[in-house]
Amino acid sequence: MVKKIMDKDGLGKTLARLAHEVIEKNDNLEEIAMVGIKSRGDLIAARIAARIEKLSGKTIPVGAIDITFYRDDVSLKISNNPQSTDIKFSIDGKNIILVDDVLFTGRSTRAAIDALLDLGRPKKIQLLVLIDRGHKQLPIHADYVGKNIPTSFKEAVEIKMQESDGEDGVAIL
Amino acid sequence: MKLLLSAGRVIDPVNKINEVLDVLIEDGKISKVAKNIKDKAAMLVDLKSKIIVPGLIDMHVHLREPGFEYKETISTGVRAAVLGGFASVACMPNTDPVMDNTAVVEYVISKGKKENLANVYPIASVSKNAKGEEISDIGMLLKSGVVALSDDAAPLMNAEIMRRAFEYTKQFNVSIITHCEDKNMTVDGVMNESFNSTVLGLRGMAPVAESIMVYRNISIANYMKALVHIAHVSCKESVEIIRWAKKQGMRVTCETAPHYFTLNDEAVKSYDTNTKMNPPLRSAEDVKAIIAGLKDGTIDCIASDHAPHGRIDKEVEYNYAAFGIVGLETMLPLTLTELVDKKILTLEQAVEKLSVMPAKILGLKKGSLSAGAAADITVLDLEKKYVIDVNKFASKSKNSPFNGRPVKGAAFMTIVGGEIKMQEGKLL
Amino acid sequence: MGLKRKHLIGLEDATTEEIETYLNTAESFKSVFDRKIKKVPALRGRTIVNLFFENSTRTRTSFELAAKRLSADVINFSVSTSSVAKGETLIDTAKTIEALESDMIVVRHSCSGVPLLLTKTLKSGIVNAGDGMHEHPTQGLLDLFTIREKKKKIKGLKIVMVGDIAHSRVARSNIYGMTKMGADLTLVAPPTLIPQDIERLGVKVDHDLRKAIKGADVVYMLRIQIERQKRNLFPSLREFSTLYGVDEEKLKLANIDALVMHPGPMNRGVEISSEVADSEQSVICEQVTNGIAVRMAVLYLLAGGETNEIATLSRQGN
Repeated sequence: MVKKIMDKDGLGKTLARLAHEVIEKNDNLEEIAMVGIKSRGDLIAARIAARIEKLSGKTIPVGAIDITFYRDDVSLKISNNPQSTDIKFSIDGKNIILVDDVLFTGRSTRAAIDALLDLGRPKKIQLLVLIDRGHKQLPIHADYVGKNIPTSFKEAVEIKMQESDGEDGVAIL
Repeated sequence: MKLLLSAGRVIDPVNKINEVLDVLIEDGKISKVAKNIKDKAAMLVDLKSKIIVPGLIDMHVHLREPGFEYKETISTGVRAAVLGGFASVACMPNTDPVMDNTAVVEYVISKGKKENLANVYPIASVSKNAKGEEISDIGMLLKSGVVALSDDAAPLMNAEIMRRAFEYTKQFNVSIITHCEDKNMTVDGVMNESFNSTVLGLRGMAPVAESIMVYRNISIANYMKALVHIAHVSCKESVEIIRWAKKQGMRVTCETAPHYFTLNDEAVKSYDTNTKMNPPLRSAEDVKAIIAGLKDGTIDCIASDHAPHGRIDKEVEYNYAAFGIVGLETMLPLTLTELVDKKILTLEQAVEKLSVMPAKILGLKKGSLSAGAAADITVLDLEKKYVIDVNKFASKSKNSPFNGRPVKGAAFMTIVGGEIKMQEGKLL
Repeated sequence: MGLKRKHLIGLEDATTEEIETYLNTAESFKSVFDRKIKKVPALRGRTIVNLFFENSTRTRTSFELAAKRLSADVINFSVSTSSVAKGETLIDTAKTIEALESDMIVVRHSCSGVPLLLTKTLKSGIVNAGDGMHEHPTQGLLDLFTIREKKKKIKGLKIVMVGDIAHSRVARSNIYGMTKMGADLTLVAPPTLIPQDIERLGVKVDHDLRKAIKGADVVYMLRIQIERQKRNLFPSLREFSTLYGVDEEKLKLANIDALVMHPGPMNRGVEISSEVADSEQSVICEQVTNGIAVRMAVLYLLAGGETNEIATLSRQGN
């Protein structure tokens, strides 16, 4: 059973709203940098950054982070396809907006924060997610949420991005 | 004390017998071999569907006593022998002290007699302390009961000493059993030199290091008109040289061991130290040549080269592991399975290689069921199928690459001097 | 999927996919080296034992650093004498080490076959850090990694490997690795240093370095040990160096951008001239750095061992 949550249009509107929220909540856009969690978090970060630039004229640095080696379940899941972290700017003193596609248990966010702290000392870290599906296992909450979707534990949320999947959309499987 | 073996197939190549007959044993000697022998005083043993052959002789074993009793003793060795179907064994001189003097020879003989199981015939060292420098007191050693001489403890590299040994020994009409290996060519070698030694990164021992010494020893022996027996032939070149020598009318006999007709150096790939022996397991082509040599009679005997080693000798790095495997309890089943059942050898040929020829080479009045001969008899069960299990060995050591191998055919009974020493896997 | 093995004994039985997985993972780890904190928590709480029966500060240090950068706990255990000399079997020694509750044992031994023997009696994952003349798989992988990094490919490259092939575990692992990855490999040495039937592994053999080196993309030299001369495997270091040493003049015959490689330690002036070792074409130091990344990848991927099936669960699940 596939339940469509967002189509291309819906996704576009949501990303636009998130861009507005980021501008609204941060007085100093100079300090902002976005880091997306691979994979898709980085794509979402890039789109929002582009939108912010259009709206404010400010270029926002965008990076991507791979959290494979920071997971708390490596003993169970060794990935043979870890990707590289790609952050070409110093995060020291930056106001980092960490971007993930889905917030579920919170463990990926925890790993991403650890990974970020190994790269430097940001002034602040905020969390932006496209979908918050509930079932958190750690005391982590998102500062920006594209959409809250209550799900059962067994369901999966599928995000598709034009850049990686050839189309935009969100669905529950 | 009379024993009547009833209705077994008697195979006695010396007397050209191959038929179902009875065998009567009296006072430790063969009394009569005939159809339907009736003797109410004799203990009757029904051997229907079994094979009765002259007692088997393993002419190449290491019993390790004195000196290496943690590997094997004469007591455990002769138990392994009768369980494996052997009425007699000839044991090699690389003990500590080396069997190069009558005291050690007499010690070994008396220990063997005390066990009263298989006959134990010592083979003395050709050179004193097996050093390859001076020849032993060969005449005195023969008087004390030695049946052959051998450099198996350490090959005689010096050709002049080899010549003198053959020259001196010919007066006694006794064989020198030679381990053929040019030691200069095999320094640090642990396996056959081949593609497999390349892949495994183990130092090789080239087959040519064996074959040149086979040729040398046959040449010297024939120049001196002495008797030479080549131990454990393992490679094609050696078989070819011996075949050629025999065609020239040269006097030479030789043996191979079961591992050389069953395994090749692919087996080393596991780095299992039970695949380490000297000579090493050779190539598949060499195995073919050994089988051909057995079939056409180039190879006269099969001997086990029973070489027991303890865990401290074998549970170590391949490079440091001792050479050799136990064989007394696997030789007969492997011969029956790999050669007789596969129709490479007839039963008569197998009996020749396991009894007739060893007796002849060692100068023993054995190897036949002629009336009046000592009643050494082995009874075979060709149908017995089982899996080799080293933990069931009577030998003190378990170093065998054949553990877990299914076989067909085994000794059913071993009779030595008219007494049943083993029946159906149990010592009596 | 992760790797379906928990031991790395050699590259003889490695698939090209596995090799690619090691190299790709190593690439991820290498990116960590540019950071201030050159460490990830991937193997936190794991215990890795460096069990070295043969002295090798270089390899041991490389494995130690790799394990530490993965946040594993590392114990170095050097056994200087052979087990035989102590009256203890090899298996006894290894079981004692495992009783320290290690998850993985990195083994180095001067005898071929020891790592494989250990896999049969121990529960820990075993990584071969070089055994006798058999294999040195992490060296093979780091060499492939270095070539791929510099040349952007391995397939189709013309590689010449010069020196003591017969006694070299590095040569064997590289022969498997390079041929599996599609390189065109020629071994150059006097016949006394070429082991029997080595061509069956898919390589060419030549005895004329000047001829073989022409058009090479990679020139790989092996260390020659002076002890070999005493066994008459070559007449003198001078003759060896003249015929088989790579100097500037011979290197000119190779492609202009040919890589110069050596597993170390080098004999300057024997198999490699100082000018060649220090030339711009030399990637010998990079081989050492890449060794850490490759060993991190090996330890990390093998840590998953047999429980890897569930690694395919989607990341999003967390």
